[in-house]
Amino acid sequence: MTRLNARIPEGPVASKWSDYKSSCKLVNPSNKRKLDIIVVGTGLAGASAAASLGELGYKVKVFCYQDSPRRAHSIAAQGGINAAKNYPNDGDSAFRLFYDTIKGGDYRAREANVYRLAQVSNQIIDLCVAQGVPFAREYGGLLANRSFGGAQVSRTFYARGQTGQQLLLGAYSALSRQIALGNVTLFNRRDVLDTVLVDGKARGIITRNLVTGDIERHAAHAVVLASGGYGNVFFLSTNAMGSNVTPAWSAYKKGAMFANPCFTQIHPTCIPVHGDTQSKLTLMSESLRNDGRIWVPLKKKDVEKLRTQSIKPSDIPEEDRDYYLERRYPAFGNLVPRDVASRAAKERCDAGFGVGSTGVAVYLDFADAIKRKGHDTIDALYGNLFQMYEQIVAENPYETPMMIYPAVHYTMGGLWVDYELMTTIPGLFAIGECNFSDHGANRLGASALMQGLADGYFVLPYTIGNYLAAEIHTPRFDTGASEFTIAAQGVTDRLKKMKESAGKESVDSFHRRLGKIMWEYCGMARNDAGLTEALYQITELRHEYARGVRIPGGFDEYNPELEKACRVADFIELGELMVRDAQQRKESCGGHFREEYQTSEGEALRNDERFASVSAWEYKGREVAASLNREDLQFNEIKLSQRSYK
Amino acid sequence: MNFTLKIWRQKNVAAKGELIAYDVSGISPDSSFFEMLDTLNQKLIMTGGDPVAFDHDCREGICGTCSLYINGRPHGPVKGVTTCQLHMRSFVDGDTIHIEPWRAKAFPIIRDLVVDRSALDKIIQAGGYVSVNTGGVPDANTIPIPKEKSEAAMDAAACIGCGACVAACSNAAAMLFIGAKVSHLALLPQGRVEASKRVQKMVACVDTLGFGNCSNTYACEAECPKGISVVNIARMNREFIGAKLFSEKEKVVKVSF
Repeated sequence: MTRLNARIPEGPVASKWSDYKSSCKLVNPSNKRKLDIIVVGTGLAGASAAASLGELGYKVKVFCYQDSPRRAHSIAAQGGINAAKNYPNDGDSAFRLFYDTIKGGDYRAREANVYRLAQVSNQIIDLCVAQGVPFAREYGGLLANRSFGGAQVSRTFYARGQTGQQLLLGAYSALSRQIALGNVTLFNRRDVLDTVLVDGKARGIITRNLVTGDIERHAAHAVVLASGGYGNVFFLSTNAMGSNVTPAWSAYKKGAMFANPCFTQIHPTCIPVHGDTQSKLTLMSESLRNDGRIWVPLKKKDVEKLRTQSIKPSDIPEEDRDYYLERRYPAFGNLVPRDVASRAAKERCDAGFGVGSTGVAVYLDFADAIKRKGHDTIDALYGNLFQMYEQIVAENPYETPMMIYPAVHYTMGGLWVDYELMTTIPGLFAIGECNFSDHGANRLGASALMQGLADGYFVLPYTIGNYLAAEIHTPRFDTGASEFTIAAQGVTDRLKKMKESAGKESVDSFHRRLGKIMWEYCGMARNDAGLTEALYQITELRHEYARGVRIPGGFDEYNPELEKACRVADFIELGELMVRDAQQRKESCGGHFREEYQTSEGEALRNDERFASVSAWEYKGREVAASLNREDLQFNEIKLSQRSYK
Repeated sequence: MNFTLKIWRQKNVAAKGELIAYDVSGISPDSSFFEMLDTLNQKLIMTGGDPVAFDHDCREGICGTCSLYINGRPHGPVKGVTTCQLHMRSFVDGDTIHIEPWRAKAFPIIRDLVVDRSALDKIIQAGGYVSVNTGGVPDANTIPIPKEKSEAAMDAAACIGCGACVAACSNAAAMLFIGAKVSHLALLPQGRVEASKRVQKMVACVDTLGFGNCSNTYACEAECPKGISVVNIARMNREFIGAKLFSEKEKVVKVSF
């Protein structure tokens, strides 16, 4: 086992980043023109990085699997983006944002990175406003803020329920400007299937053109992965259908370590599953918890009556309702962090108090808020979310409480990166959800947008310069080099082999089976026996997949089944690693809840002595178990304590 | 529920396409339109057929990837929703449903129901931005914006770039799409600085991409899943005329160091 060094700058935490910026190496403008950078992904992190690097004068190539960079799944983020502006005068500061984020992540994130994140958060808001992002405003014309789960101050900026959309369109517009100026070249409808290393450094990628099927080679002086999270390993998640782990996984197999894969976020407020043909889950913004009250019936007989529809939820009197979050966590109430809210919902449903036809749902009720604030205010705040709910469920949330249940939403784990956001492969960087660094074992609401944009706009442009300063004498690469030929051939062979298997089962069917295993054994609650079982089942599934997947269509054409087949093959391997990671982490923290390790009140019980560290996995070969390395987490600013939201 | 589907099948841009009939059965009314198509594709895959290609991604109505022309209407019969948010309960058991791709010269077909909408990206690249670089911008609250203006800008900025407006238009015009972007930025003080240049560049660009002109049928507004109003087209026209008549000619100043 290696102890990883994150290369955190010396000095007090509050001045690390400014000291770093003043002392890191710079690249002269005339040299920037000679340096090529590949950016994979055009979500908040990828688009903001590609635009910013283009503005600086680097030659950037940006890749996305979607038809347009504007469609990356950051677009679907609803609630908001945090910043420590303290505009509402309620006592916020960079330190408090840092503190809340570390605590919210259950003390499994790196202090120096999170402090930097809190420090640059304000610059993000300034830049987005300058780009024309229409954030919500007060009547005086200044910016509005709202509170969000896991915080006691109002620090969340928002654009109705479409904050991710507006921020992404801001980054996309900056990216479009750089494309028009010729600094950035866009490659849309491309899957990135391998990372190419030359002399141990990341020097390029292999892509498949999804329209023509061509296997293409691209070279650069550095490669930035911003390919998002891996929530789709569960099949049902709030991710987009195409969201995948493949670029990150290919990097893992080339030597980049994968950190904390078992840290996944199950979001408490999603629309419950309707049936077997369901293809994805829809999130209802966490902001709804500001005004909605979560409850289930207190009495089993009411549960029965609700299921047979002999009574309506509004028929249940106040004293027969269990507002379980307010009961268990009086200080934070309905605004507890996501992991806590999700587990509490599962606990009630497992105990037999769940509502809806399946019994796997809880109520999110706006009746009190409508009474208190009026229909119009609620409509202004949540109108589009209510509309979306009604469209999917065919019930009007103004009249009857919403039904919600937790769903896989975000993955805190990802490629291990150091302070400079560089992976264990020199020249390969990972930003946004694709890396592991800032959210520990649980991400707070409105922090993902902040992190994606912080990495792309304000961190990477500095740290990549520090790396590239030593590359100014390296000429542009020829993609005819043997390393590229071997990698491209590898991709072609893999696709051929996959297609040759005369299978009887579709890709989707395998994916669904994988999702069931992951949700059952590596979801909201995990235990040793279950994880052992999962490992066995996933290994079986992997072998079956190799023999038995059916992929119609050809190579040299638009073939969505072939795309999916590559992604699912990687998800199966990743699932195995997630289970191994969950099994070795013999503690409960944040979203990782091991049933063996809990307090008498059913809260997560950490083991700081053994596990105040990052687990970073190293690939050792197809049939060999990955090896585990650790990065010890030092807490100098914050005292570790049991998270309490009571 | 059971349906007969008549789906446009076309191997690639050069091939000849045709409508092919398929039957699907046992569909839950709570299924989304795409889950119904997933069911069809699973059946086709298992019986050695060729699954239908269609564009989709977020399946929650915001990414703008989905693009089906259902029974003669972009995104189908329900107002204000994208195809992915359309549920089978909006159809009658036993219906025959016609499914076609967006049809416009500027959107060439890639395969079956998938079209190439890069033209929309090109329009944004022509000027759909505020020319600021990362860093060196003022504090966000130094730019007060009246709430009404900001809300109107947000109404326009809600466009998801799906192209339903183009598909709905008998001229295949992209006026609602560029009107929305021009309005979003023209309504805000940050965007005013380049407003006249922006509208001229974007309009000039749209003319080169094979889109038609606007003849005020309002079909775009009627079919827009996000309810973007034609007021945005009027605002763009106003901006455009103003820019052509009153904007100062840009002087090219040569600077030597």
